[in-house]
Amino acid sequence: MSCWQTVQDYGLRAIGIGERLLPREGFDLCQQFTLIGSGLIWNVYFGLLALIVGFFIANAVALCKASSNPWIRKPAEWFILVFRGSPLFIQFFLAYFIFLRVKQAGYMPWLTSAQAGALIVLVLNTAAYSGEIFFGALRTVPRGEVEAADAYGFTGWKRFVSIIWPTTMRLAWPAYTNEAIFLFHATTLVFFSGFPTWRQQGDALYYANYFADKTFNPFVPYPIVAFYFILLTLALIGSFGLVNRRLNRHLPQERRARLKFRPNIIR
Amino acid sequence: MKFRLAGDGSIFGFCTDPTTLDTARWTACYLTTGKHIGFYWSFVTVLVLLAVTAPTALLFGFGGASAARSQVLPLRWFGTIYISIVRGVPDIAFFLFFVIALDQGFEFLRHQYLCPDWTDRIWQGNDFVVCSAAKLPLGNAPQWVHEVYGFFLAVLTFAIVFGAFAANVLHGAMQAVPRGQIETAEAYGMTPRQAFWHVLVPQMWIYALPGLSNLWMLLIKATPLLFLLGVEDIVYWARELGGTKQARFSDYPHGDWRIWYFLALLVFYLAFTRLSEVVLSRLTRRLSHGQATIGATA
Repeated sequence: MSCWQTVQDYGLRAIGIGERLLPREGFDLCQQFTLIGSGLIWNVYFGLLALIVGFFIANAVALCKASSNPWIRKPAEWFILVFRGSPLFIQFFLAYFIFLRVKQAGYMPWLTSAQAGALIVLVLNTAAYSGEIFFGALRTVPRGEVEAADAYGFTGWKRFVSIIWPTTMRLAWPAYTNEAIFLFHATTLVFFSGFPTWRQQGDALYYANYFADKTFNPFVPYPIVAFYFILLTLALIGSFGLVNRRLNRHLPQERRARLKFRPNIIR
Repeated sequence: MKFRLAGDGSIFGFCTDPTTLDTARWTACYLTTGKHIGFYWSFVTVLVLLAVTAPTALLFGFGGASAARSQVLPLRWFGTIYISIVRGVPDIAFFLFFVIALDQGFEFLRHQYLCPDWTDRIWQGNDFVVCSAAKLPLGNAPQWVHEVYGFFLAVLTFAIVFGAFAANVLHGAMQAVPRGQIETAEAYGMTPRQAFWHVLVPQMWIYALPGLSNLWMLLIKATPLLFLLGVEDIVYWARELGGTKQARFSDYPHGDWRIWYFLALLVFYLAFTRLSEVVLSRLTRRLSHGQATIGATA
């Protein structure tokens, strides 16, 4: 079977298009690259959606945590504490069993699928981690900028949107880039954590694990996963770097914050 | 590591017929069955893993960071690659990879040593075959040897992955020690080795501490992944014990209680990370006493 044929059969296998059965023989490089690559669709799906939705929630959480009203501040603090203080793996399990209860009570049966349930967990998780990052950045906005805004007559919402928030983003961006990268890495946990795999439609690591189980040879599938994820990480660093450049465009060259990838925050 | 009482037996005398008990006694009996004792021991497994892995990973990290600074080019490459490869790839992929790879590696080495006149190939298509004397653990080994071996592989895997993170932190800390300190040491006539051990290493810890604290939290939160490595850890027991029990198979029938077991695990981890946070911030304050960093002056 030619490699192109394999790509046609398994290129979109992870979303249920193409061959129904997973390969049972051969297990050549082409097969492994194709199937693991098709699994990457789910990693990108989880990562991208969680990143976008989580970004907005994280901003809200950071603002709530900075509030002087304890009725608003305390829930935000607890939210961050619970999601940052416990392992994502346990969060997945617990959420799955909660969703199972909800389903048995007759509501929202779609919650127990990985595509919806795990996504909710990932959104909340990344919202907590990024919320803490944004909160930290919010606290370090230079006082002079706020005073200058006051002097120019900016108040309330206008002052926040045009002065405080852009600076917060600029200060938080390097740390937020790391968080985004680790969010994508965390998506590999989804199909190992209670959420069932429907018709063997899994993510990249799920298929790599499948090949490693079948061939007893971990030295091919896992490096392929590593290869794909290094590409994904580079793409993320690239696109976040573009945003970073835009956020810093008003600063003199040497004061611009450089994006440096450091694994300081993972779950 | 673990001892297990048979099945549903309990340590209390009044538990002979659970169906006749009131709620409080039933609960007391239920929570002390042999399987629950196994569950409590698995918490010890997690703590032992942390206690063994943290120093080992620190050692690996120190080795990696020193290698990345080395004068010898291949050693420096090795250190740099070790530090950087783990960063771009999900740690779970490494966990799944190293457990099989290490196992096969050990068996391969033993095979080469113990069965030199074996002529068949080791990788036969989709099989990995070594002679029976090289099997790890040996086929006739008791159950606890299998468990200890699995645990040992898990520790080694954790140490390799977290060693790379630690190497990254320690490498940064070594760079953060002011250059003037090394120059002064050289001016006093110290060799590079002396300057490294007597000037750089004692001073780098304070710079490394924030990163290492972070790493400790991360290590705590990675311990449930033991489950993926095939160790009977707290996640394994929580799934096992929480599942629906029929009256036919158990003296303590109940519905699906996994939600409560995992809630208990969540609380355990929250308490553990919170406690670590308090202890580590105290430690940082004590260690930064008299150091020229922001932590000490503020």
